[in-house]
Amino acid sequence: MIEIGWLVLALPLVAAAAGFALHRRARRGAAIVAVGALGLSTALSAVLAAGVLGQPERVVESAFTIARFGELRVQAGVRLDGLAVVVVVAVCVVALLVQLYSIAYLHDDNGYPCYAAEVSLFTGAMLIVVLAADLVMLVVGWEIMGICSYLLIGHYRDLPESRPAAVKAFLVTRVGDVGFLLGVLLLGVAAGTFGIGAVLANAGALPSATVTVACLLLLLGVAGKSAQFPLHTWLPDAMVGPTPISALIHAATMVAAGVYVVARLFPLFRVGPLPLAALGVLAAITMLLGALVALAQDDLKRVLAWSTVSQIAYMTGGLAVGVPAAAVFHLLAHAAFKALLFLAAGCVLHATGQSLMSRLGGLRQAMPLVFVTMTCGLAALAGLPPFAGFFSKEAVLGAAYETARGHGEGTPWVGWLVLVAGLLTVALTAAYATRLWLRTFFGAAREDTTPKQVSSLMLGSLVVLAVPTVVLGAIGLRSRWLAGWLDAPGVALRPEAVTTALSTVLGIAAIAAVVLAWRRAPDRDPIRPRPLLARAFYLDDVQDLLVVGPYRRFAAEIADYDTRVIDGAVEGYGTGAAVLSRRLSRLQTGNVQTYATVVLGAAVVLAVAAVLL
Amino acid sequence: MHIELAVVLAALLFSIGVYGVLARRNAVLVLMSVELMLNAVNINLVAFDVWLRDTLHSGQTFALFVVALAAAEVGVGLAIVVQVYRLRGTVAIDDLDELTEPGVHRD
Repeated sequence: MIEIGWLVLALPLVAAAAGFALHRRARRGAAIVAVGALGLSTALSAVLAAGVLGQPERVVESAFTIARFGELRVQAGVRLDGLAVVVVVAVCVVALLVQLYSIAYLHDDNGYPCYAAEVSLFTGAMLIVVLAADLVMLVVGWEIMGICSYLLIGHYRDLPESRPAAVKAFLVTRVGDVGFLLGVLLLGVAAGTFGIGAVLANAGALPSATVTVACLLLLLGVAGKSAQFPLHTWLPDAMVGPTPISALIHAATMVAAGVYVVARLFPLFRVGPLPLAALGVLAAITMLLGALVALAQDDLKRVLAWSTVSQIAYMTGGLAVGVPAAAVFHLLAHAAFKALLFLAAGCVLHATGQSLMSRLGGLRQAMPLVFVTMTCGLAALAGLPPFAGFFSKEAVLGAAYETARGHGEGTPWVGWLVLVAGLLTVALTAAYATRLWLRTFFGAAREDTTPKQVSSLMLGSLVVLAVPTVVLGAIGLRSRWLAGWLDAPGVALRPEAVTTALSTVLGIAAIAAVVLAWRRAPDRDPIRPRPLLARAFYLDDVQDLLVVGPYRRFAAEIADYDTRVIDGAVEGYGTGAAVLSRRLSRLQTGNVQTYATVVLGAAVVLAVAAVLL
Repeated sequence: MHIELAVVLAALLFSIGVYGVLARRNAVLVLMSVELMLNAVNINLVAFDVWLRDTLHSGQTFALFVVALAAAEVGVGLAIVVQVYRLRGTVAIDDLDELTEPGVHRD
């Protein structure tokens, strides 16, 4: 079993290495290597999941030491448990579909071979994070994901906005990564080992202050990677990358990593109330923020990006109320429907060359399959029964409700916070999903461009993803299914009556309101965007003001110091020596007798000195 | 024998030679001053050889060497002076300052 785990992990990494070695024009070879390796990985991951979930004793670990630092050992290893294999399957499936989709989407792109290898590396890095048995190994995967996101977001090198977006993604997540690294080191030093199994087993024995500080540091990294307030600003800008990459980042890798890591290290977060409370506050803010801003965006992909920010906050909310199973449930459902939505948006962009909703419309007839699948995706996003998003969202809200009533192990006020924010977000989500649906697929076509034919490979990926989008919610229905796989007995992932009634009413009311507003003026935006929302509460400007501006001024100051003081010193030595030697060179008169006189004088002085001293 | 006579004479001759080397403008006179200095040394060598009663007479031997060297030196030196005169039309040493640092004004 463990060998299969190693193989699943190694295949994408090998494919990445092989892909980077290929020639730039070797499109076909690159596609075969990338898809082949990932396909094999996906098949093996299914075998792995079946094997691990079938065993009564789930946790399997194999590791070997790669470095020793005194008492501390760093290991490379694979740790399999229910959570890991479930997420591995989701990652592999989404990544495989993204690879297949990319073959068609980047058909005319010269950078495809490199791109395919980067996607393989990205997937491999995510698998490292998911399967790592050692915290240091996890950090390695975490960092590789950071660099891959930079490379892939900046894939369209000719676009002027692509480079800044890539740099922003890299730097903003980096801010969090510093905290993450410190948290890992603190945990490792406190526990005397970096092994995840050993750290989790010792969670209760460690000093609770240390664990709390380490968890808060880890949360910083989680906020960066999972795009939670206040480090969420990179995700919407990351939309300049190719659309399949958005699907990958938003569904399978990167943003899911943060949530996954908290779920994996959850016993640590249980030690004190502070980390989960902080996570709950961040989740509540991010949820509402993302949904409100998504309401006002005009770009199809930006709406989806902000919806990811808000949906990931549901997952962190589920973690904050102490039910990681609910968070992982939403992670899986979100992976399916968000990948579907992005790939469908990619089809729209590919066919019309346009992703601004104000210039789209009436695509229902022209792109029926995209319409149907995207409708499924949006229904899941809005949380309409019986789509997957409904069940997973209700699992989170139900968990929050239980905690709010003091039944769970979380803090009640955090439960209330997550519950209220979650219910409000349900209404907002339904509103922006409906707006997107109406503005893209209904009404008159706003520009008389006829959509191009979309290749069957792309449409096929949509159909494949539509299946889990519709039916994945069922895995939460039986307690021996998802809850059993995640070793969370007694956790109810079924919809709770009170929250379900409330959220369904809110969602349907929001949909009805948007539809009514739209029917009054079908060619106008049903929600007139306010600049405050369209500019995302000016948080980018705040970030510019508080961080980027001072940092730039500081950097300018340093550069100035460099030119004036350091360079000045170096150049000063040069010019000083030149001036001095020019002065001294006056002694070189060319008159031999002067020289002889000086020599004689010196000899006399030396002789006198020798006699006197 | 009084060594003082010889030493004072040698010192006088050497001083005259030094003055000539440092102060005379004519290259031929500078060469002659060098000869004076060499011969002052020769006087010293011979005088001390006698005064110390050196059985090997190394002072006299050295003096002979110096005479031979001085002859050769004068030959080379005069040849150079003649060449300089042909090229420059002068043998005044202050005017032969080709090796001055460029850009430095002559005093």
